[in-house]
Amino acid sequence: MPWLALIRPGDWLIIVLSLLAVGSSIPVFWQGGLADRAIIRQEGRVFAEIDLKARKQFEISGPLGTTLIAVEPGRARIVADPSPRQYCVRQGWLMRPGEIAICAPNRVSLQIAGRTKVYDSISY
Amino acid sequence: MTPSVIELTITAEDRRVAWLATAAVGLSLVDAAIPSPLPGIKPGLANIVTLVVLTRYGWGTAVWVSTLRVLAGSLLLGYFLAPGFFLSLTGTTLSLLTLGLARHLPARWFGPVSLSILAAFAHIGGQLLLARLWLIPHDGVFLLTPLFAAAALVFGTINGLIAAKLLAEPVPSESA
Repeated sequence: MPWLALIRPGDWLIIVLSLLAVGSSIPVFWQGGLADRAIIRQEGRVFAEIDLKARKQFEISGPLGTTLIAVEPGRARIVADPSPRQYCVRQGWLMRPGEIAICAPNRVSLQIAGRTKVYDSISY
Repeated sequence: MTPSVIELTITAEDRRVAWLATAAVGLSLVDAAIPSPLPGIKPGLANIVTLVVLTRYGWGTAVWVSTLRVLAGSLLLGYFLAPGFFLSLTGTTLSLLTLGLARHLPARWFGPVSLSILAAFAHIGGQLLLARLWLIPHDGVFLLTPLFAAAALVFGTINGLIAAKLLAEPVPSESA
C-alpha cells in the first residue's frame, strides 16, 4: 500500500491517541448521557420519581381530569391529557435528559433526568 | 504620467507566497462547494497547501499563505468580516501556532499526518472556543464537540496523507 507507507510510526501513535480522545469526549460532552429517571410533578410538587427501567403507567388527576403517563425503559411520554391543545401529548416520547412535557392546564409535568443536571435553553 | 515615488520590490519569496496562496484559495473554493452535513464540518483541503508550505519553506511562509488564504477566500465567498470569517481566522491562528510547535517533533517519527491531525484539532478547538465566547454564549455549543473532533481526525488524516504524498514527490521547478 503506497498510502500506508506515508504514515510514520509516530503518526500511528497520534492517530490512536486521537481516536481515544474522540471516544472519551463522547461521554464528557454528551453528559447526562442516557435518561435514567422520570420526574412527574403535580401542581409544581414532585408526584413521583421513577427509574426508567420498567414498563409502567401512571394516572395523575388534575383540575381538568386525569393525565395518563407511560414509562418505558429509557423513555417516557404523556399518553393522554384533558388539556385543550394537547401540547404535552404531541411532544411524544421524551428520552434525553432535560426534556420536559408540561400539561399546564391540568398542572402536570413530566421531566427526564440523567446522572447530572442539564439545562435547556429556556433556563438560560 | 508622474513616475511613482514608491518602488515596491517584489522578491522571489513574494511571488512564491502569492502562488501558494492562490492554490490555497482555490482549494478553499472547492471546499465550500462540497456539501456538508453540518455547518463547521468540511474537509479543509486548503490545509494541504499549508502543510506542504510548512515543510518546504518554513513556518513564516506558512503563516503568510494561510493568512492570505483566509482573507482572499472570505472575500471571494462573501463572508469577509462576517462571523464565519472570525471563526476561520481563529481556527487558522490556533492551528498555525500548533504547527509552529509540532514541527519541532522529530521528523523521523512524526510526518505530515501527525501535523495535519494536530492542526485540525487546534482549528476546531479554536472555532468552538470563539463560538462559545462570542456567537453562542451557551455550553450547548459543546454538544457537537465529539462530531467535530471525529471529523477533524478523519479529514486531518486524509489531508495529511495527501500532503505527505505531495511532499514525497520531487520539488517542482520555480521557473513558472
